[in-house]
Amino acid sequence: MYIAASRSPDLTTTDPRALPRRVPANVVALGVVSLVTDVSSEMVTAVLPLYLVLGLGLNPLQFGLLDGLYTGATAVVRVLGGHLADRWGRLKAVAGFGYGLSAVCKLGLLAAGSSVAAIGVVLAADRTGKGLRTGPRDALISLSSDPAALGRSFGVHRALDTVGALLGPVAAMGVLAVSLGSYPSVFVTSFCVAAVGVLLLVLFVRDRPGAVDRVAVSSRAALDLLRRRDFRRVTLWAAALGLVTVGDAFLYLVLQRRWDVPVAYFPLLPLGTAAVYLLLAVPVGRLADRVGRWPVFLGGHAALGVALVVVCGPTAGPGLAVLALALHGVFYAATDGVLMAAAGPMVPPELRSTGFAVVQTGQAVARMSSSILFGLAWTLWGLRPAVFAAAGLLAVVVLAAAVARPVRP
Amino acid sequence: MRRLLFALLGSVLLIGAAVAFTVQARQSVAQDGPAAEQLTLEPGQLLFRDTGTGRVSSVSPTDPGGARRSSALVCDRFAAARRTAVCLAARPGALPAVTDVLVLDSTLAVRHREALPGTPSRARVSPDGKVVAWTLFVTGDSYAATGFSTRAGLYEVETGRLVKTIEELPVFTADRRYFAADVNYWGITFAADGNRFYATLGSRGTTRLVEADYGRYQGKVLRENVECPSLSPDGTRVAFKKEVSDGVWRLAVLDLASMVETELAESRSVDDQALWQDGSTILYGLDDGVWSVPADGTGGPRLLVENAASPAVTG
Repeated sequence: MYIAASRSPDLTTTDPRALPRRVPANVVALGVVSLVTDVSSEMVTAVLPLYLVLGLGLNPLQFGLLDGLYTGATAVVRVLGGHLADRWGRLKAVAGFGYGLSAVCKLGLLAAGSSVAAIGVVLAADRTGKGLRTGPRDALISLSSDPAALGRSFGVHRALDTVGALLGPVAAMGVLAVSLGSYPSVFVTSFCVAAVGVLLLVLFVRDRPGAVDRVAVSSRAALDLLRRRDFRRVTLWAAALGLVTVGDAFLYLVLQRRWDVPVAYFPLLPLGTAAVYLLLAVPVGRLADRVGRWPVFLGGHAALGVALVVVCGPTAGPGLAVLALALHGVFYAATDGVLMAAAGPMVPPELRSTGFAVVQTGQAVARMSSSILFGLAWTLWGLRPAVFAAAGLLAVVVLAAAVARPVRP
Repeated sequence: MRRLLFALLGSVLLIGAAVAFTVQARQSVAQDGPAAEQLTLEPGQLLFRDTGTGRVSSVSPTDPGGARRSSALVCDRFAAARRTAVCLAARPGALPAVTDVLVLDSTLAVRHREALPGTPSRARVSPDGKVVAWTLFVTGDSYAATGFSTRAGLYEVETGRLVKTIEELPVFTADRRYFAADVNYWGITFAADGNRFYATLGSRGTTRLVEADYGRYQGKVLRENVECPSLSPDGTRVAFKKEVSDGVWRLAVLDLASMVETELAESRSVDDQALWQDGSTILYGLDDGVWSVPADGTGGPRLLVENAASPAVTG
């Protein structure tokens, strides 16, 4: 029944060169869809503050407060979307609905005008679309791939995704330059780009092959998933690691303060992380296929721990700032897709989308809690003690997770 | 093959639509307004930002509905006092956002230019014309990924001293130094001596009115729920906006000696830093217009100038 799960133990001994050399077409198609969609969404993210303040004359301080609320709401939607996709046996349709919803929201921003409530609703719907599609999409990637090459498949997808995220702000700048600062043009262009993404999904992405056994995909079966010891353990360990993970913005803040990065360049720091992530996503994914996904996943967290020590260490040479950013990129390359590759074989194919949604939600909620806790520690103790405490906790949890080895091999 | 053709066709159509929309937007933006005139800061004018063109324009305060003269200067925020004016202009298409802070002389010629990160929010000139102060919205240094924060700074016109942010200002509340990682300032207003100033301190979900001494560089908290203060010409009262519910602000005036607060007759939500036209009248921008309301809570709001924002009175 669980072919993937039962096969995985012998796969470490398989010579990786025996794997199919080509990345599955479906994975590439999903990667291109993500690339195009990320161009669209990052365009809007880049101009949203300007639009709210200058275009609409709103006070953007109001919007930051809603952020936590959205994260909580998308967590529920994510699990629901993942499960419905499994239940109906329609991964592509649910993912497509998520992509479509986010696309329409770009026009919704125009329609919302200057109403704070309406903009809040549109942004929430946009996030809902993102939450809905993630589980089914990652399930499609894993079901389209040879179980022994999951790391590589997720690496290829995440690399393409990151290219889109890097191109988005550039596209937004181009549109603003050509239109002489017209925000509606950015939203309309963003919608058109997102629509191209949906079109590519409809035309080139295949739903998972084979008929689905309806009995196996009841909500009961989904709940039974958590009874599976290996799945439960990987979910809990991923969440535990998420709980001691310092959020991106904090790391960039420390970097900015320590090295006195001019504030104008502050938004460029994430680009450093993204560039390293882009370069390493595929090689690190392949490495995970070869040496085991859990060690690589833990290695990524160790890289983050080292980055934290570097940014708060005794010396502050410019090389160390670059090193910290590079390590942060390694952290992403070794954790984001690799976790999916690690968890994939533990979930029966017909519950893959539900399973991924559960793992991702656990991690997302844990990371949100960690941000709140870290913010608190920072306020109480100051930045450096808080960072050192976080690095210490991270080291402890990584060691414990290495001993526990919830993923075999 | 067929799929490829469909994909190509669909993408070309969609991207074509986006390009067409963008180009059409460019043409509608590029339309010219009235011919530009040379404006100065000579007394007896009501200057403002024309919201249609973004250009700094002028009317007579006694006949605000009358003929308006427009300069060539395009700003997002504008303020003036004595022989100094300030213009905050966001650079179009700059990502991350950059704002040009233009310090202007009495002929609105640029004396000094400072490019700072962020989006224009508030602008003020001290009554003696010697200090220019501003607030910008910035993204990215808050730990909620989509969070915003504000950064308030100032520039001494004569010495050229720049304070990019007043975040480091030591502030005391009941004789104890206030410490928090999330300190934000916005809405600076100076007294006639060019030394005493007021600003909003936002931290841990609360806004506070801070009174500060620029020379000693130290401040103290006066009161909670006071945003965007504006000091009266005689230096005894502060007009401000207070939050009555989430995202809804009312204009009020605080008497600094008695700490008695008077709500003004404007019942709509106002998100602006008010301006004292004289000792008894408050000006503010709302719904694409500049309005006035008596400072003692009597009377009612009156629309002074349509399609206008950022009022500034010369005198």
